[in-house]
Amino acid sequence: MAFETQLLQYVIAGLTLGSVYAIVALGYSMVYNATKVINFAQGEFVMLGGLVTIFLYSKLHLPLLLCILVTIPIVSFIGILIERLTIAPANVGGQDREKVVVILIMITIGVSEFLRGGAMLLWGKDPLGLPAFSGEKPVVLLKATFNPQILWVIGITLLMVIIIRFFLTHTILGKAMRGSSDNQILARLMGIDIKLMSMASFALSAASGSMGGILITPMTLMSYDGGLMLGLKGFCAGVIGGFGNVTGAIVGGFVLGLLETLGAGLISSSYKDAIAFLTLLLILRFKPTGILGAKAILRA
Amino acid sequence: MNRRDLHPYRGIFILLAITAISPLFIRSHYHINLMVFIGMYTLLTLGLTLLLGYAGQVSLGQAGFYGIGAYVSGILTVKCGINPWLALPVSILITSVLAFFIGFSTLHLKGLYLAMATLGVGIIFHILFVELKNLTGGAIGLMDIPSLSIGGIKLDTDLKFYILVWIIVLFIFFLVTNLVNSRVGRGMRAIQGHELASNCFGVDPFKYKIKVFVLSAALASLSGFLYAHYINFLSPSVFDFSFSILFLTMTIVGGRESIWGALYGATLLTLLPEFLRRYEDLNVMIWGLVLVVVLIFFNRGMAGGLDFLSKWVQERFKKKGGVRIGT
Repeated sequence: MAFETQLLQYVIAGLTLGSVYAIVALGYSMVYNATKVINFAQGEFVMLGGLVTIFLYSKLHLPLLLCILVTIPIVSFIGILIERLTIAPANVGGQDREKVVVILIMITIGVSEFLRGGAMLLWGKDPLGLPAFSGEKPVVLLKATFNPQILWVIGITLLMVIIIRFFLTHTILGKAMRGSSDNQILARLMGIDIKLMSMASFALSAASGSMGGILITPMTLMSYDGGLMLGLKGFCAGVIGGFGNVTGAIVGGFVLGLLETLGAGLISSSYKDAIAFLTLLLILRFKPTGILGAKAILRA
Repeated sequence: MNRRDLHPYRGIFILLAITAISPLFIRSHYHINLMVFIGMYTLLTLGLTLLLGYAGQVSLGQAGFYGIGAYVSGILTVKCGINPWLALPVSILITSVLAFFIGFSTLHLKGLYLAMATLGVGIIFHILFVELKNLTGGAIGLMDIPSLSIGGIKLDTDLKFYILVWIIVLFIFFLVTNLVNSRVGRGMRAIQGHELASNCFGVDPFKYKIKVFVLSAALASLSGFLYAHYINFLSPSVFDFSFSILFLTMTIVGGRESIWGALYGATLLTLLPEFLRRYEDLNVMIWGLVLVVVLIFFNRGMAGGLDFLSKWVQERFKKKGGVRIGT
């Protein structure tokens, strides 16, 4: 295969992988924007998205589109449950906000373990798959061949970014969500229902995370622990792009996806997973606000 | 003045008594082995307790430091034939320098940047343990790590190692008790209380946080060193991300406001899987549940619970007209 074709193949794979990271990063960013909490259960929403769809499709034999349309509200509901049962009771106002946030973040770590353990009991340890949305016939572009599923992955990701961006900047609910993280007391004075915002952010991030899982499962399969690495790398993508920044999420996702596939293809595949975390460290060292993060990070 | 302040070493004496007596009653290798693990995990968790309870910072990569302590010493003794006691300072030094750089880059920022960086560092080290096959033996593992010996006595049985580990644990508890009751300890607590106010009183949060973080990494490294020379075999799977989370869980469940929380948490979470052996598949779920429930309802962990209980008993006693002994 010619080098250019090979390179194109890597770039396409990188953009696909990057789209999933971007979706995960979007989920982090929504919860972070509303609550300042880093929700480490984000990867588990992706895993649930994949596995719930698989259950509906292979056990209940529903048509694929219906499965997807049912899965998203289910996972979203799980997100709401998590927020109501674990985040809301611990999210006490008044105190030193940073200390509360530390506790909330550790709660999400516990929730993610719980969900992973639960998924292992329900679905077992073997990876499961879904059929591609529009057949398996490979598409050829400039001599490079690829799975048609990636068009869905990249397309829906871009669509989601546009919708979420519009939602956060142009609707009352979105603006209220962003407002509630900066200063909770001030937000409450402005009539923003902080508790509702926290719940809404979990519902939305669970919904978008599950969409990520549904999109990627036909290509890579999904298992109970499949959300862990995706979640952590999506987190890296978020930090790289600028945490809490919607456009940053997609930029970070694509940068990370490309670095990973190009690094694996051209340098060494055994250190593929290390690339994401090394990039994370470099960003934290030299530009902790991320590529697009304009907001200054207060120095202690 | 509280009785507690007058007897800072009381806990150490109680622990000394318990650890000295228990081998007389517990003879099975299996139980001694568990107690060695409790000791090693206590050391590691103690570092995290100081970091979380006194500096308000979280490390999500402690298993990485634990692994460096184990692998550096393992590689130096197996591949270079160096005496383990010479390898110990090397592995602690390497971990500390590394921790210093991570802390130096992230601790001056507000928020949880240390958690993010340690998350990355921990995973990168796990990957290195797997991939640097020439040095670490990769996934197959590093074998034939020599046992420790002191003055010609080889510590090759569980009981001998048990004695060594708990002497070290007691000694470290002694040092840490002194530390938290010193000027430095009060400074650390001040930062946790109110960072800006403590800064105004001349406590530099950045410096203190770095010191605590380096100390926590060094303790993890020491624990890893002991693990390597106790098990005599290293496999990367015990140094992965899930162990970092387990150590954090031990810290929180034990209680992050008291150094004794480390002991409680390490004991409970080492024993819990043994009791639940029959339901091994439930382990991860239960750990997650325990962590969430403790954080929501008993934020101060087991140490906080005991503190609350003893205060409650004292109050009860006082109300009934009894005489408070001591003080």
